[in-house]
Amino acid sequence: MLAELGHFSLVLALLMAILLAIYPLWGAQRGNAALMATARPLALGTFLFTAFSYFCLSWAFFENDFSVAYVAHNSNTLLPWYYRLTAVWGGHEGSFLLWVLIFSVWTVAVALFSRSIPQEILSRVLGVLGLVGVGFYLYMLLASNPFERLLPFFPVDGRDLNPLLQDFGMIIHPPLLYMGYVGFSVVFAFAIAALIAGRLDSTWARWSRPWTLAAWVFLTLGIALGSWWAYKELGWGGWWFWDPVENASFMPWLVGTALLHSLAVTEKRKVFKSWTVLLAISAFCLSLLGTFLVRSGILVSVHSFASDPTRGLFILALLMLVIGGSLLLYALRAPQLRSIGRYQLLSREMMLIGNNILLSAATLVVLLGTLLPLVHKELGLGSISIGAPFFDQMFVYLVVPFVFLLAMGPLSRWKQQSLSALRSQVLQALLISIGAALLLSLGTDPFSYMATLGLLLSLLIVVTTVQEIRQRLAGDGEVLVQLKKLTPSHWGMVLGHLGFAVMIIGIAMVTSFSIERDVRMSPGDSIDLAGYTFRLDGVKPLQGPNYTGHVAIMDIYQNGEKYSHVEAEKRFYTVQRSVMTEAAIDVGVTRDLYVALGEQLNNGAWALRVYVKPFIRWIWAGALLMAIGGCLSLSDKRYRLKKRAHDPVSATSERVQEAC
Amino acid sequence: MNPRRKQRLLAVSAVVLVVASAIGLMLYALGQNIDLFYTPSEIVQGKKGVKPQVGQRLRVGGMVVEGSVRRDADSLAVSFDLVDTGPTITVSYQGILPDLFREGQGIVATGYLTQANHIQAEEVLAKHDEEYMPPELAEAMKGIKHVKPSEAGY
Repeated sequence: MLAELGHFSLVLALLMAILLAIYPLWGAQRGNAALMATARPLALGTFLFTAFSYFCLSWAFFENDFSVAYVAHNSNTLLPWYYRLTAVWGGHEGSFLLWVLIFSVWTVAVALFSRSIPQEILSRVLGVLGLVGVGFYLYMLLASNPFERLLPFFPVDGRDLNPLLQDFGMIIHPPLLYMGYVGFSVVFAFAIAALIAGRLDSTWARWSRPWTLAAWVFLTLGIALGSWWAYKELGWGGWWFWDPVENASFMPWLVGTALLHSLAVTEKRKVFKSWTVLLAISAFCLSLLGTFLVRSGILVSVHSFASDPTRGLFILALLMLVIGGSLLLYALRAPQLRSIGRYQLLSREMMLIGNNILLSAATLVVLLGTLLPLVHKELGLGSISIGAPFFDQMFVYLVVPFVFLLAMGPLSRWKQQSLSALRSQVLQALLISIGAALLLSLGTDPFSYMATLGLLLSLLIVVTTVQEIRQRLAGDGEVLVQLKKLTPSHWGMVLGHLGFAVMIIGIAMVTSFSIERDVRMSPGDSIDLAGYTFRLDGVKPLQGPNYTGHVAIMDIYQNGEKYSHVEAEKRFYTVQRSVMTEAAIDVGVTRDLYVALGEQLNNGAWALRVYVKPFIRWIWAGALLMAIGGCLSLSDKRYRLKKRAHDPVSATSERVQEAC
Repeated sequence: MNPRRKQRLLAVSAVVLVVASAIGLMLYALGQNIDLFYTPSEIVQGKKGVKPQVGQRLRVGGMVVEGSVRRDADSLAVSFDLVDTGPTITVSYQGILPDLFREGQGIVATGYLTQANHIQAEEVLAKHDEEYMPPELAEAMKGIKHVKPSEAGY
């Protein structure tokens, strides 16, 4: 019964979304206050009905209602209750319901937290969100209804959740990632609303910035978590595979990062308007493209859902409509967007546009590498695959100029920067970081050019960040007082850049100095690796709630003394009849010791992966720092200023920003 | 030229330059990293009349022939035969096979062609699904019914 209510509630949510797409937009066009006022309640209504529908599906999972087809396919009575609740997004239909729920959360968040935005703009934004929502809800109801019943013959027990997803990382990875993906719809809606109204000014940029930041923070965390989960759960010890689905989440992130920076310029200097709008549109379109790639089943990947051509076609149509519609609007309106500000060739604006170009180029590389195999196949030229080396090589080319611009950007002034001042600072930073990088990498064995380059780039960011803060403190007064004057969004930038530096170190180290051995070991055997001795004590059988398997018990010794004890599992999930590797990891700041159990060989021997991964934690630590930086920027007071545009406080803060 | 135009011209030419060099580098990198996909019979008989060269990097997808998996007694070296609808080829691999590697199952291997019908694999993939067959292989085997790969006449 509850499942039918959930379905019905979803239909009501669709109706609400349709109304939301019509009334407020119409009202804003006609200047009708009563129609515009419907935006908030309608947004709230969409959210409430979707939330209820989501609750119904969760309840069906909790109660093991296997008459619902989706529950029967993705759950099992043996599954612990917390995995039963997260199993809601374990398959296609349910994860799309989560997607839609998160979409309605963003919509209602816009409705609630935008009191400072004029009603007319707000109505347009919510109306555009409603339009996009109609597409999502229609897709949900027509092509992937999670509430379908298996009546009258329903199974006694379910087919169980995919074992890959039975993990803590999987509980939070999809919601975070979806928050990021869908969050860009808000930025998109702001851009489209501004295009419809024909008013794109720095206030528009100020309103869009916090939403972009929020979506970006979620996306950063979601991607980092996915990478951490793959490292732990897939048993290969890799942290990024350039898998099409990873790429699908990486593209919006790259464009989102470009958008963050471009919005900053548009807000403070009133330039790059049309470019910023284009980025806002592409960030959301790439999110949609990612959805299409993942859900249509046209890509082969660890993530791919069961393929269903109608679903693919529906999303493709939606994609065409959104991309086509928004680009058409853009083409009609963009010529009116005049950027008034002026700037010289050597200025912070140019550095930022340079980085924007590089980020877009990176997006293009990923897009090409992901779509080319598809196009190649559809053209009948045969199947090809593009390997990770392609992406690695391209990103090395791109990151070098990127870091140089990143280092110089914060040091430069808006409008015009004197060459000599910048040159001496950059030379100083370059000398320090080259020296330090060489010193540090002399200690490494063997010497690696890539690792040295990584260290150099990373140190360059750190040194210029310190220079930049010192530059800010150059005025009179106590250092502490001056430090306090720096805004949270300034600290956000500092943390974001440092996070990137930390991540570069992690990536450079782990790619250059990882030691990976696949070995054959019998109980009692030991192997020496990077100063550690790994001894296999034995392999024991294992019995879990919904799996059986084996566990390898290993002791790790350093200098003859016992250092650590790890247990690597190989699980066989009985219902899904699939095998899963649970790697055993001894976590450390400068290195991870990674052991995964492979197959059983003859004579009681086992195949084992024994890896030493230096600095791998730094990759995720860097992402975390970036996300914290994003949160700090988000906490900046100026995003919560009230409508009184020209009161003394905001006027001063405007002037302060101009000075920045 | 007024400063504004000059600035625009510079910006536009910078964009064009960066994009052009990016595309150039990209195509160069792509040329080295594209792996063509073959089925075992395409390797032996050629794909549209073109046989892959010995030494070429490629991807091969096929079903593992029952009873063909041979393991080395002291190391992780393993070799097995792959088949689709015609002749078989042999794949050698050093390392741990994926969890779902089984005889009679579809797999994809990436590596180098060392002899006309032998591949030294660097990577062996099997999908996390019991009934998985690589889509490329499913396509190649489409329309050939009533013939199980294990009974295809060898």
